[in-house]
Amino acid sequence: MTPLLKVKDIAKFYGGRIGCTDVGFDLYPGEVMGIVGESGSGKSTLLNCLAGHLAPDRGQVLFDTRTDGLKDIVTMSEPERRMLARTDWAFVHQHARDGLRMGVSAGGNVGERLMAVGARHYGDIRAQAIDWLGRVEIPEDRVDDRPDAFSGGMQQRLQIARNLVTGPRLVFMDEPTGGLDVSVQARLLDLLRGLVREMGLSAIIVTHDLAVVRLLADRLMVMKSGHVVETGLTDQVLDDPQHAYTQLLVSSVLQV
Amino acid sequence: MTDKNQAMTDTHYNFAYLDEQTKRMIRRALLKGLAIPGYQVPFASREMPMPYGWGTGGVQVSAAVLTPEDRMKVIDQGADDTTNAVSIRKFFERTAGVDTTERTAEATVIQTRHRIPETELTEDQILVYQVPIPEPLRFLEPRETETRKMHALEEYGLMHVKLYEDIARHGNIATAYAYPVKVEGRYVMDPSPIPKFDNPKMEMAAIQLFGAGREQRIYAVPPYTRVVSLDFEDYPFEPSKADHACDLCGAQNSYLDEVIVDDAGGRMFVCSDTDFCTTRRDGGHVGRLGAPGTEDAA
Repeated sequence: MTPLLKVKDIAKFYGGRIGCTDVGFDLYPGEVMGIVGESGSGKSTLLNCLAGHLAPDRGQVLFDTRTDGLKDIVTMSEPERRMLARTDWAFVHQHARDGLRMGVSAGGNVGERLMAVGARHYGDIRAQAIDWLGRVEIPEDRVDDRPDAFSGGMQQRLQIARNLVTGPRLVFMDEPTGGLDVSVQARLLDLLRGLVREMGLSAIIVTHDLAVVRLLADRLMVMKSGHVVETGLTDQVLDDPQHAYTQLLVSSVLQV
Repeated sequence: MTDKNQAMTDTHYNFAYLDEQTKRMIRRALLKGLAIPGYQVPFASREMPMPYGWGTGGVQVSAAVLTPEDRMKVIDQGADDTTNAVSIRKFFERTAGVDTTERTAEATVIQTRHRIPETELTEDQILVYQVPIPEPLRFLEPRETETRKMHALEEYGLMHVKLYEDIARHGNIATAYAYPVKVEGRYVMDPSPIPKFDNPKMEMAAIQLFGAGREQRIYAVPPYTRVVSLDFEDYPFEPSKADHACDLCGAQNSYLDEVIVDDAGGRMFVCSDTDFCTTRRDGGHVGRLGAPGTEDAA
C-alpha cells in the first residue's frame, strides 16, 4: 500500500533558529495523525510546511496525487499545488475567521470551493451547500446568513463544511478546537470523528490538547523545540510515555 | 498641420499635454494590453490637471493615441454635455487642438465614462474607457498580491461567489453595472462601470482601451475579441434596461435614464446616449413626450 503522504527529513529554519528539523513519517489512507507539543515546539511550522504554505529548507513532502502517484509538493509548480489545495486537501484553521470569507454568506462560503473547481449551476451548488451545512449541524435557514452572525462553534463547523465539500483526501487541522468552550468542543470533536470515519479521510491534527488526539488520532507525534521526541500509537504514547517531555505533558493534564 | 502647431505653441504644452516620453511609455503599455486581451498592464500614471476619479486614466490613454488629424468625442454616462465630458473635451481642444464632435459616427477617438455609444462603432474608431477600479476581484479579495496570482493561474471561482451571493440575496444576478466578463476565454476583466446592457456590445469592430489613473493600470480589448459575461447555467446573463421606450425619440432598444420631472411622482425615460437621441429626433422619430428635433422637448 502506498502512503498518502510521505514526509522525509523536513527542516525549516528561521534564520539561526530552528522551526522544525529531522521530521519524517508516512501517513496511510484513512489514518489520522496527531502532532502535539507545547507552544513554540514547531508543530504549526511543520503543518504549514506540509500544506505548502511555507517552503521547507530541506527535505521532501511526497503526496500521492491522483494522476502521477507520489509527487514532491515542495518542488511542484505553484498552480499544481494550489489545485491540490482546493481539491484533494483541506486546511482547517484555528480561527475560523482565517479560513472563512466573512463578507460572504454561509452558502457562498461552502460553494466557493465547488465554483473554484468549475461548478456553474446555481441550484446544484446551493443544494450541495445546504446538504453540507446539514452534515455539520447548521440549520438550512441559516444558509444565507453571514459567518459573523454565527457563534464561534458554528463558524468552526462552517469552516469544516467549506473544506470538506469537494471531498478532499487529506485534511490539515491546526488546533481545530482551540478557543471553543468545552461543551462546544465535545460536539465538534464528535462531529469531526464521525466525518473522518465516514469519509475515510486522512488527517493531520496539530493541537496541544491531549484529549483531542486521544479521541481522533490513530498515531501521535510529540514535538519539542523543533524535534520529534516520541512517536507511536496514540494510546501507547499517552498511557506509557517514554520521553521525559511526554511524561511531563501527560502528567500536566488537569483532572476534573 | 500649421494651425495645429499653432495650437501647440499657444498653450505652451506639448501636443496633447503629455510629453513624448510619457506617451511612449503609455503606448508600450497599450500595445502590451492589446497583445494580452484583458490583462492589466501596470503603467507609470502621471499627475493630471484634474482630480482622480475624473478620468485621469482615460485622459492619459486618449492623449497617447491622439494624432492631430483625429476627431474626438467625449461622453459621460452617454451624454456629451455633462461636466466631466465638457471639461475633458475642452482640455483636448486646448492642449491638442484637435477637432471635436458630438456625432458618434464622425469621431475617431471616443473617450467614455460608464457607457458604450448606441451607434455601432467601426474599425476606424478607438473607444477609451475611464476606469475607477480595474480589479474585478477587489471587493472579494483585497490583497493585490493574491488577485494577481489568481489572474495568473486563472483561478476565477471567486468571481462566481459574487454572483452566487447576488442570487442568494436578491433572487437573480443583481449586479447591474461593472458586470465581470471573460475576455477571449482567458482573463476576467472589469468592463468599467458600464451598465450590463452594454456588455454584449463589447464584441465590436473598434479598439477598446481602458485606463485607470489612480490604480495605474491599462488594459485593452482588440477588435472582434470574444467577450463573455459570466453567469450560471440556470441563471444566464441578461442585459437589462428599463422596460420603456425613450420619451423623447421613442427608441425601444436604447439604454434609458430615468428622470424625475416633478415632486408628484412624475418621471420620464430618456436615452442616456444624447447623440443617439438627437439623431433619431432629427430623423423624425417622436416619443411620448417629445417634439421632433426641438431642444426642450419635455
